[in-house]
Amino acid sequence: MRALRILFIFAILPAFMFLCSCGGGSSRSSSSISPSQTITTSGTNVASISVNGGPLGNYDDAAFASVTVCVPGTSTCQTVDNVLVDTGSSGLRILSSALTVALPQQNASNGNPVFECFPFISGYTWGPVQTADVEIAGEKASSAAVEVIGTNTPVPSGCLDFGLPSSGTLDALGANGILGVGLFAQDCGADCPTTIYYECPSSNCQGISESLAQQVANPVSLFATDNNGVIIELQAVSGGEQPSVSGSLVFGIATQSNNALGGATVYTANPTSGNFTTTYNGTAYPESFIDSGSNGFYFLSSSVSGVPACGGDASGFYCPSSTANISATNQGTNGTSRTVNFSIANADTLFSSNDSALADLGGPSSMSAPYFFDWGLPFFFGRNVFVAIQGQNAPGGTPPYWAY
Amino acid sequence: MCKRQSRSISSWLPVAGTGLMIFVIAFPAWASLGGDSASIQADQLQMRGTRQTIPAESYTVHEIQAATGVVVREYISRDGKVFGLAWHGPWPPDMRQLLGSYFEQYVQAAKAQSVSRMGRRPLMIDHPAFVVHLSGHPRAFAGMAYVPGILPPGVRAEEIQ
Repeated sequence: MRALRILFIFAILPAFMFLCSCGGGSSRSSSSISPSQTITTSGTNVASISVNGGPLGNYDDAAFASVTVCVPGTSTCQTVDNVLVDTGSSGLRILSSALTVALPQQNASNGNPVFECFPFISGYTWGPVQTADVEIAGEKASSAAVEVIGTNTPVPSGCLDFGLPSSGTLDALGANGILGVGLFAQDCGADCPTTIYYECPSSNCQGISESLAQQVANPVSLFATDNNGVIIELQAVSGGEQPSVSGSLVFGIATQSNNALGGATVYTANPTSGNFTTTYNGTAYPESFIDSGSNGFYFLSSSVSGVPACGGDASGFYCPSSTANISATNQGTNGTSRTVNFSIANADTLFSSNDSALADLGGPSSMSAPYFFDWGLPFFFGRNVFVAIQGQNAPGGTPPYWAY
Repeated sequence: MCKRQSRSISSWLPVAGTGLMIFVIAFPAWASLGGDSASIQADQLQMRGTRQTIPAESYTVHEIQAATGVVVREYISRDGKVFGLAWHGPWPPDMRQLLGSYFEQYVQAAKAQSVSRMGRRPLMIDHPAFVVHLSGHPRAFAGMAYVPGILPPGVRAEEIQ
């Protein structure tokens, strides 16, 4: 740029011009008391899942499944257990240390192998993109791109510059992999920046723009049938905590007799971010989301929620002196809204037991705006949650949506 | 029905900001946390973004919209120091660039939190010298950082958003 060029494109844009009025009577409201929950346990589209602490026994509030990966088109397969079920991301990632079968490498058009750095708030996954037939229950995603986490190939600067910890080992991940069954068909999307995918010749990985077709895929979207989404069905936790809780991961929405939408309410999500609105105490938080991969109710800050935060070992969680009962309202972009009631118990007390299913675990999600609600795994206890994938057809609304 | 534009500027403006002057300026001016605004050059160039300046009572907010969709807001005190940052977008920003001299400490603190207790949850680092929070999920991240020691008098950390 040769000289300073100052372009006054806007002047005096009152903030209220942007504000969105959300009054009106289009919303439906009702209490959150759930009708009797039915958990589907049989069918070729049903995989069992468990909240059981995971492979190291130290993971609170995470659901695990078994996934089989095969060399495409062959019967050379391996079943990997203890894969974390994550509705907050899309795509299958498996630790290389848990993988014994050799999967074919995805290569760029110039022949260089493709790698991926995928950022989560808890850490990044780094490793080669490989191809597998992914089988879960009776379903099969043929030639799906998956990420194999953990590799000797040096992490490129574009990945390190996220500043996140590595999730490249069992000790760091607490799981043998992540099964992303979220709202999207691919992990990164059409506007994927060059800090996510890389091509790696013998040295010096370079960031690339990975096409949608080549990106690590939500395996559900590649199933021959039952490919429009999933239902997470977890038992309620009695008494606030239990050593473990079992349930089902059901594939398809209204594609079989065992996966009807039934009386569930559909909440459509922002098609770009996958977020919807949660309203608490009269304030709307439009960057909220449902995420089985978050291991608690994470919401607001201590000062906004009024729930005291923990210090010391339980830092990052809420520690009310007595259990706090919270009420908030979820609203989809379709205007549908309903109230959710939940409780937050003292995390210090919860962590003093060996239970892995904690119904009332939570913490703050931020300390300044944008405040939001992250409806993590405890939200799923005792509630069947539908996740409909963008671009697919599903009843009750246009995906991406949640329903429960 | 409410058509929410969750990535619009409105979500990040304080309601009290009615009537703020907003300029979009196409020259690079940007610094990392704790840095001096006199040296600001590199970040906007790297992010290939457009920048807005929003004057407030005791500080100025510079906003950069990067080509990757990440929006970064930089809080600069009257004496020219970047005391806070906030960002949101589909993917995390280049934290090395944003945090500058605090980056390596941030990496160590983030690693320490990740091993302190198993579980996927927001990253909340409240170090005496600096604070960094990161939350969200793939396709929608948000975070903020500030240096408590150089917050201008009367400015609350919650204003960094």
